Amino acid sequence: MNASSNDSAAPTWQAVIGLEIHAQLSTASKLFSGAATAYGAEPNTQASLVDCALPGTLPVANREAVRKAIQFGLAIGATVAPHSVFARKNYFYPDLPKGYQISQYELPVVGRGTLAVRLDDGRVIHVEIERAHLEEDAGKSVHDAFHAETGIDLNRAGTPLLEIVSAPVMNSAAEAVAYMRTVHTLVRWLGICDGNMQEGSFRCDCNVSVRRPGAALGTRTEIKNVNSFRFVEKAIDYEIERQIRALENGETIVQETRLYDPARHQTRPMRSKESADDYRYFPDPDLPPLTIAPADIEHERARLPELPQARRQRYVDELGLPDADAGQLCADRATTDYFEAVLAELPGQAKLCANWVLGEVAANLNEAGIEIDAAPVAASALAQLLTRLREGIISGKIAKDVFAAMWAGQGDADAIIDARGLKQISDTGALGAAIDAVLAEYPAQLADYRGGNEKLLQFFVGQVMKRTRGQANPQQLNDVLRQKLAGS
Amino acid sequence: MSPASIATLAADLAAGRCSAEQLTEQALARAQRAAHLNSFIRVDAEAALQAARAVDARRALGHELKALAGIPFAHKDIFCTKGITTTCGSRMLEHFVPPYDAQVVERLGRAGAVSIGKTNMDEFAMGSSNENSAYGAVTNPWGSARVPGGSSGGSAAAVAAGIVPFATGTDTGGSIRQPAAFCGVTGLKPTYGRVSRYGMIAYASSLDCAGVLARSAADCARVFDEIAGFDARDATSVDRAADRTVDALDQPLAGLRIGVAREYFGSGVQDGVAARTHAALRELEQQGAVLVDITLPSAHHAIAAYYVIAPAEASSNLARYDGVRYGHRSADVRSLDELYSRSRAEGFGSEVQRRILVGTYALSAGYYDAYYLRAQKVRRLIANDFLGAFESVDLIAGPTAPTTAFGLGEKSGDALAMYAADVNTVAVNLAGLPAISVPAGFADDGLPVGLQLIAPAFAEARLLNTAHALQRVADWHLQEPAA
Repeated sequence: MNASSNDSAAPTWQAVIGLEIHAQLSTASKLFSGAATAYGAEPNTQASLVDCALPGTLPVANREAVRKAIQFGLAIGATVAPHSVFARKNYFYPDLPKGYQISQYELPVVGRGTLAVRLDDGRVIHVEIERAHLEEDAGKSVHDAFHAETGIDLNRAGTPLLEIVSAPVMNSAAEAVAYMRTVHTLVRWLGICDGNMQEGSFRCDCNVSVRRPGAALGTRTEIKNVNSFRFVEKAIDYEIERQIRALENGETIVQETRLYDPARHQTRPMRSKESADDYRYFPDPDLPPLTIAPADIEHERARLPELPQARRQRYVDELGLPDADAGQLCADRATTDYFEAVLAELPGQAKLCANWVLGEVAANLNEAGIEIDAAPVAASALAQLLTRLREGIISGKIAKDVFAAMWAGQGDADAIIDARGLKQISDTGALGAAIDAVLAEYPAQLADYRGGNEKLLQFFVGQVMKRTRGQANPQQLNDVLRQKLAGS
Repeated sequence: MSPASIATLAADLAAGRCSAEQLTEQALARAQRAAHLNSFIRVDAEAALQAARAVDARRALGHELKALAGIPFAHKDIFCTKGITTTCGSRMLEHFVPPYDAQVVERLGRAGAVSIGKTNMDEFAMGSSNENSAYGAVTNPWGSARVPGGSSGGSAAAVAAGIVPFATGTDTGGSIRQPAAFCGVTGLKPTYGRVSRYGMIAYASSLDCAGVLARSAADCARVFDEIAGFDARDATSVDRAADRTVDALDQPLAGLRIGVAREYFGSGVQDGVAARTHAALRELEQQGAVLVDITLPSAHHAIAAYYVIAPAEASSNLARYDGVRYGHRSADVRSLDELYSRSRAEGFGSEVQRRILVGTYALSAGYYDAYYLRAQKVRRLIANDFLGAFESVDLIAGPTAPTTAFGLGEKSGDALAMYAADVNTVAVNLAGLPAISVPAGFADDGLPVGLQLIAPAFAEARLLNTAHALQRVADWHLQEPAA
């Protein structure tokens, strides 16, 4: 259980957490109709006859959504079911046009798999995923647009979701969040979900219970529809504390659905499961069993990218990067792809490339508040800059200035170096002349140095740099300066 | 004068002996004269005449037209028709105007057939007498106090009365075949998946099947050839080329093995019905068919399985009629629950409500295994019965319905007695097979009897061929009720 509530009571409690993550699959059209899925359109402009559940309309499964589900299944090492079944979950709600949701119940498309999750403290836990199934989203009720009336927007109705159900195997909010982040990274990595939590493309129900270690599972509550990592952490922490307090006061936990109130940082009951609807699941007779041929699975396997864990390990083992760098580079697909593109043009320079991607690039992205896909300096442009650095044409310090100019849209590295005359002075003649001038200017310091005060070396370096406006090749400067100071 | 066949009408149109507009005018006039039958929920004279004139114009321009071009007909009011009110026999959809055409409507429209209106039916196709219509019962043209059968009772009556040469229908448990038998017309229920369900308002999705009622098997074949075929918008549609059944109509029957199912002549079957059925089978025998006694051991369970599965699916299919987006919405409701319960209580008739309740119960936690799941197992047994039988016979035969048309009001108070009218038809839907009801003469009460022929999946051509062979030697299908 959480360290925060661990101190006082002698017989401790163990929290048990399972997550149901809803990842909206990034398909062009809906799960059972041809309507578009783009977010933010005018209400009811992306609802087809099927989405409105007009009499006589029928669902037809979107194979693209199925392919994305297969990819997820392969990525977590799960069995992809050759036959899975769409089932109807029956309940009445105004934003549920058919009076049932098409989901999968007894036979989901993705079976049991596992995901290795790295915690902040470096430990790795293996989270079992019980299943992942395809289902359609409901529409939205709009409460504020009309006076005393509720509007219905069916744009979202029928949007494909992959519901990813973990086993109840996590024991703290931190573990749950780390798992959720790992799934978030994975679905974006695979390109099957945009992961946009603000728009609800990635959201989560948290099942929480507490027990004495070793005892049977306690009664769980379900916190519905939490849509940020921070809220998941706070909601679970609150719920664990609440349940422990209740049990220690001799109360019992009621199995119920709760809502997280982000303003108050607490959960409150939504409806009791005991009196909850009986969903009367049964196989949808409009949809034949979903069949997936072995060839379909192999096709998706062949298209599967190198997965985050594997890539991170490769960065450490083969590129020799520190684990922390590898982890940061593999935090999302776009960053690692950017890094790979830079590295492709600078073979053997993994550390240099990583430093720049995680340093200058990341800092500038952060400041601009944009994603790496939108970076004004493309990977190829950065590669050109780093190549010039490697060639000794510019120094590291100058390179940062050039990068800033590139970021500001002033052209590519070569153009900026040329235009500003930033080429490093590597010519020993020119460098020698500059050094001679400096030594002539500071005879007292020269005498002092030659008298044994070698600390003055940096003073001369600085003076030469000043005279050459930073363009002196540092290595050469060092060599020639030492020679001249030695009086030879 | 007995109404002409589609082939004759098509020949007359092609030769210029009549126009589509004239045929349509005749059909409209007959519909008006037979208004007392209440076989139509809606007649669209103006739209029909316009469509007919358009066909005439295309013909005048020398366009090549299909066999059904200019032939008047009617759609069961279960098929969505763009811009034309589609009620499904329910008050719930009294003002529902679909913004799209069903696949069957589209196909017949493309073929140039001219729909004169929408036929009456049991509400949401739930019924065997057409008494469950929010728009009033339909009268059987063969006897003023008799039901036409259901649920496609309006279509059967309209064809029997000679208003139109054919009408579309749907069959979930016998809803084409039983009214065809009661009204003395020919009714074809195709293989499940052969005709698209897109735009056909659902009752029980795994059983619902669109088909045709016409004067003769030959006419049924012409219509079936137009409506059969794959449709990507229906996931249960079968992607398999349909043979043209018209071309197979005249094949000789020599050696055709017809299994006569003992179970279809059980205790509820009227003597006259059994006698007429046997007589019709003897006609086929004389043409070379071989009659074989067979048994279908699970047949007795068909009604029970059907009346679990169909209501279960219906309870879910009809959930969309919630008063929120379309359909009847109760006035002056104070809460969401009231909006649902009152809209549905006011919009649905009692039989629909009964089946929704039965189906909801059958799917409920704790009852699902005992009812729904068990019924599905029975369904498998029934399908296996047929598969086994078709190893030794080519067709299976029996009376379509155990009785001739019963009296209006005779069974409307007794749901179980009403359900028993489906005893010989529902198994075919549970197995997804094609079947046809062919006129087999008249019982002593003067009412028509239907012979049901059942074929293996996708063998519609064999059914139509056999029925056509009977109709070449017998004239029962040409008999007309007294006006």
